[in-house]
Amino acid sequence: MDKFKVDQELIAKIDRILESYDYDDNSVVNILLEIQSHIPENYIPEEVAKYVGIELGIPTSKVYDVITFFSAINDKPKGRHVVQLCKSSVCRLNKYQTIRDVLEEELKIKMGETTKDGQFTLRYSACFGACDISPAFRIDDKVYGNLTKGKIKEIINTYRGL
Amino acid sequence: MNRTVNIISKNFKKYNPESIEEYLELGGFEALKKAIEMGPQEIISTLKTSGLKGRGGAAFSTGRKWEYSANVKGDKKFIICNADEGEPATFKDRYLLEYDPFKVIEGMIIAAYTTGSTDGYIYIREEYKYLHNKVRKAIELAEKHGFLGKNILGSGLNFNIKVVSGAGAYVCGESTALIESIEGKSGRPRLKLTRTSKQGLFGLPTLVNNVETLAAVPPILEMGVEEYIKYGTHTSKGTKLISLCGNVNKPGAYEVPFGITLREIIYDIGGGIKDGKQLKFLQLGGASGAIIPAKLIDIKYCYEDLEEHGASVGSGAILVADETNKVTHFLKSVQDFFIHESCGKCTPCREGNRQLTKIINRFVTGNASVEDLKTVEKFANVMKYASFCGLGQTAPTALLTAIKYFPVEFYQQIDRIRKTS
Repeated sequence: MDKFKVDQELIAKIDRILESYDYDDNSVVNILLEIQSHIPENYIPEEVAKYVGIELGIPTSKVYDVITFFSAINDKPKGRHVVQLCKSSVCRLNKYQTIRDVLEEELKIKMGETTKDGQFTLRYSACFGACDISPAFRIDDKVYGNLTKGKIKEIINTYRGL
Repeated sequence: MNRTVNIISKNFKKYNPESIEEYLELGGFEALKKAIEMGPQEIISTLKTSGLKGRGGAAFSTGRKWEYSANVKGDKKFIICNADEGEPATFKDRYLLEYDPFKVIEGMIIAAYTTGSTDGYIYIREEYKYLHNKVRKAIELAEKHGFLGKNILGSGLNFNIKVVSGAGAYVCGESTALIESIEGKSGRPRLKLTRTSKQGLFGLPTLVNNVETLAAVPPILEMGVEEYIKYGTHTSKGTKLISLCGNVNKPGAYEVPFGITLREIIYDIGGGIKDGKQLKFLQLGGASGAIIPAKLIDIKYCYEDLEEHGASVGSGAILVADETNKVTHFLKSVQDFFIHESCGKCTPCREGNRQLTKIINRFVTGNASVEDLKTVEKFANVMKYASFCGLGQTAPTALLTAIKYFPVEFYQQIDRIRKTS
């Protein structure tokens, strides 16, 4: 993996986010979430974590305490689109395994992996509250439910090249 | 026959949640006006009469909770609406935020007026990100119409609300872990030497209520408590939003009066089991709730009757499993959840869940021993009594109730007696 390059454009974005939170270190969780959404690889690179710590006046260790605790904040690069398949007890009753097999076949990767072109990451989610339309997955912020094989392919195709 | 009721869910899909005018046309904010006429004391006594309990799962009397908060002195006091709905099989708060966000806001304003609070937070889980801006928009509209801000409706109340996002941690549904997270820390629960109503967010008085609890207040005030308690049973008054899901024909969030039977919920409301199969078991209240067998579905859905059978209402989740499911396999998915979500702060929960996972895996693969059954109960009880917060205390509930009701399924997976010294 190449070292992450922090460019001026990203710094400007981060500064705008920090400013919108008045540089309040209490908001570090929400600040990190928002910064992450501006980084195509969907994670907080070390350089960014350090920068945020300095700007908020808190040690890097405190920033990492938050990054590593919360599952919505990543410390390693992910694909442009993160496909999260729910494997809760509810989705188990509705056979999420079938959906997993279709996803793995369609994206040609296993759970936990990222496609070679960096487009998709496939991972499990503990539960995102879409039990009424289970089995379900979410791609980025959008939730898809009542899935069938044909529907999954169609959904994935709309994200290709995006 | 329609067995659902429309009290909290009255406005669902009846108006455009981006239009406060439409909410006002449906009688929105009338309860707030009534509340201001009533005054804090009368609101508290009304809530006590209503029997309203915390609908997130803890089932603590809302009237008493508000009374504590009202009696705490402080210039700055907080109200947190807990929308970190992370309990698997639970999604009723999502319906509230999606279809009637103004009612939640109205409930919060009434809570602020009653307790003299100044700042409100709606802590919405990251998984509901698509709702964050919708709720922000609703707050903005309420502000524009003078329901938030300074001197609300001339009552002298100054109150504002902010939306804060969770970041994917189930434990943050626990009120002190949630508070830690709003303060910008990893969300591990606090040692509760004092109530959060005295020392909560930033060490200041804080009232934490579930979305549904807050949303239940406006209808209770509006329709009058006498009318409200006509629903439900003598000890479980009123109605509850349930999240019905699993192998059922019509999954969804429904409002039911307490005292309805589980059979009516599953067959009349839920349309029965998918593909004409037979019901095997239910899990009530989410992953941390009890498993009960099909033969008990004629019991009433209310706090006291469920308690008699070792179950509880919890968050209102009702997960339906058909005959094709093995109890041990199901428990494995429950256990996978808890081992992922345990925050690691206390040993009983962190290590207990790890050991339970190992043992359950043996029951799944069919090479468990007789001793495993005893060990499981021993560890589960340590977790139940010695865990730091509700997560560890309730994590083994499903397992313990499953052993109680489906012992044969465990015995079948035992292949030997392991000699232990």
